[in-house]
Amino acid sequence: MLTASRLRDGEAVWLGKSGWVEVIANGEIFAEPSSAEAALRRAEADVQANLVVNPYLFEVRVNEGRITPIKEKELIRSSGPSIHANLGKQARHV
Amino acid sequence: MPLIKNGVFVDDPYAKLGDADPLPTDRPFVLSLARFRKERDQVLAGNSARGIQLKSDESPEALGHDLPRLSVVALEFPKFRDGRAFSWARMLRTRLGFAGEIRATGHFLYDQINFMHRTGFDAFEVPDGFRLEEFARALGEITNVYQPSVDGRTTVRALRSALPRS
Amino acid sequence: MYRYDEFDARLVRDRVEQFRYQVNRRLKGELSEDEFKPLRLMNGLYLQIHAYMLRIAIPYGTLAARQLRKLAHLARTYDKGYGHFTTRQNLQFHWAKLVQVPDMLAELAEVEMHCLQTSGNCIRNISADQFAGAAADEIEDPRPLAEIIRQWSTLHPEFSFLPRKFKIAVSGSEHDRTALKFHDMAVQIVRNEAGEIGYRVYAGGGMGRTPYVGYAVGDFIARNDILAFLEAVLRVYNMHGRRDNLWKARIKILAHALGPEEMRRQVEREFEEIRASGTLALPAEELARIEKYFAPPAFETLPDDDPAFAAAEKSDPDFANWARTNLTRHRIAGYAIATISLKPPGGVPGDISHEQLDGLADLMDTFGQTEIRVSHEQNLVLPHLRKKDLPAVFARLKALGLATANAGLATDIICCPGLDYCDLANARSIPVAQHIAERFADLEKQHAIGELKIKISGCINACGHHHAGHIGVLGVDKKGVEYYQLQLGGSGAEDASIGDILGPAFGEHEIAGAVERVVDVYLARRVNGERFLDTYRRLGMAPFKEAAYAAH
Repeated sequence: MLTASRLRDGEAVWLGKSGWVEVIANGEIFAEPSSAEAALRRAEADVQANLVVNPYLFEVRVNEGRITPIKEKELIRSSGPSIHANLGKQARHV
Repeated sequence: MPLIKNGVFVDDPYAKLGDADPLPTDRPFVLSLARFRKERDQVLAGNSARGIQLKSDESPEALGHDLPRLSVVALEFPKFRDGRAFSWARMLRTRLGFAGEIRATGHFLYDQINFMHRTGFDAFEVPDGFRLEEFARALGEITNVYQPSVDGRTTVRALRSALPRS
Repeated sequence: MYRYDEFDARLVRDRVEQFRYQVNRRLKGELSEDEFKPLRLMNGLYLQIHAYMLRIAIPYGTLAARQLRKLAHLARTYDKGYGHFTTRQNLQFHWAKLVQVPDMLAELAEVEMHCLQTSGNCIRNISADQFAGAAADEIEDPRPLAEIIRQWSTLHPEFSFLPRKFKIAVSGSEHDRTALKFHDMAVQIVRNEAGEIGYRVYAGGGMGRTPYVGYAVGDFIARNDILAFLEAVLRVYNMHGRRDNLWKARIKILAHALGPEEMRRQVEREFEEIRASGTLALPAEELARIEKYFAPPAFETLPDDDPAFAAAEKSDPDFANWARTNLTRHRIAGYAIATISLKPPGGVPGDISHEQLDGLADLMDTFGQTEIRVSHEQNLVLPHLRKKDLPAVFARLKALGLATANAGLATDIICCPGLDYCDLANARSIPVAQHIAERFADLEKQHAIGELKIKISGCINACGHHHAGHIGVLGVDKKGVEYYQLQLGGSGAEDASIGDILGPAFGEHEIAGAVERVVDVYLARRVNGERFLDTYRRLGMAPFKEAAYAAH
């Protein structure tokens, strides 16, 4: 998947089918390297357009539709601080 | 590159010489320290105004007794984060008593111009499209300064002492 | 405390507008992120895992009640209702939005606060002893000098693009409560044999990947020469500090590569020149003018033993426990210095809620306290409390959840935000602090252990000061899994030392047990009232290492 930080407010966002989304579950999964690279190029355009900064690809595991980032940092980015369950995306009520 | 000197755009009379370019005989020029060391006698012969461009790791002290014979010292910012030139400019004005042009070249930010002006730079090679109003704005963003510097600006402490005693 | 005059106020307001202009240029794309980043860092703004983090400067850790209220307001209005005090006496908000930061800065300016130079490759916040003006062992209040250094270093034209960050501390007492020798540069106020006051200047200390203890570059600098001397050190650093490698760019690398003799020679050369020019002379009148701002409150003449205090100690075991650890002797009879622990059981070290900030402001007003201090150990300090007021103060603190009686004990842990918040981190640090605190939760056990400084960092940048911990923990990433390296024997006091790494790192669920076993060795082997640190220094690593790895 592809993630970045939104420039105006620093929110962690993921590239979804029609743009940047704030919840990892709505992000697009790139199974092929070629689609991942294309996504990165799209993200670079949004960097130039001053929408996001620091886009990068990272790996996830998908289990029965549930997306789990492999790296701890990406897990924390997608949910929130592990010691403040009431803060961050984990506290959102969908 | 457009050149701002003493707050206005000026034509740059100095040719910037690459290390293999022939030395001009009839116009001012600037060359690298490395080349100056190799060709010192030829460079100092002749009546053209001359200047040396220093890399950020080259101290102006390397210019030694030749400094008074230079009319320009160009200090390079290889990237804006490399702030050595602020000290080199200061050294040129104070320890070395250089009264000629100190020129900023390379990659520096609008936001550094005020600091550069304070430390002794009086000429700036700016990117194409750089507006003079930006230059004036940069110098005026911060009204008061705490530290004395070579620009002689009145410090906050001096302003305080000048206030009528209550 | 220092109060802005029209010139200080103008500078901070100008800076707000300057930053607003920078943000607008960034949003329009006139500045790239690469160009904007050092500019926003110089205004304390980081881009972290969840949001931007804004670091607010608290010069030498001193705050007034109205400033606490403003911080509470900012926490509610722009953040998520809390802030975090750091090991440099600053406050961080972890959920800032770039577009709102200029407005936050404008609000801070209303109470004489700012975020200038709390990050970036420039001179950072000047830290000083949290017991300044109150400690019994104080030679002189370090804060007037700290304020003078603050002004000299603010938007310094020559030193705003240094090779790397530059941290300065000032101490005015024999006991070092500011970790002087771990700073890039530090000033210790000293008295010579003739009884005159002068300044010993240290340089070359630092934490991070390669920790170093600093050494003296100036032994006894005269008062009016101090700014000239500090400028000389900075000049040598700006000219010669390494710029080729981020990890070798601090002054500690230069100072130890040159060695004390050559470093002093270079500093002397610059110093003589600056001094001769007279431009940075510090006149006695100027020092006296600044000192007036830090004049102590009008102390009452009180007996040192107070009946209300003594009665409360006898009747209230909670108060007695708190008085035992959280009070420090004041230089004036009948007064005490109170440490307010921000390390409650199950809490996040150094965090404070907006309710607590407001509550403390009210407490300060009730008890006539014009200042509160932040310590580099992430606690707060009320420096001038009357002993007779302490029982009532304690009751108010208790109601605010700020009466944890663990100052200086094992659960008074220093801990950075770590991977839960920080983009630089390799591992989470706060859960580890909580696991360890849980092991030592029993207060009697903590008292049995005595003074124990545990410090935890989530990455090599060492914001948790783990190198200076009696027990230090460093979070590392081994193939995507969090591991924790254990160090013993560090100290940030006048007996400064860097902790020794024990051996291979421990897993997240092993580290607290390892720390407990290490402490058990101390309890079994200590003699003559030794602290943990003393026993470790006497016995060496071997018995501790054996115990730490015993469960493997």
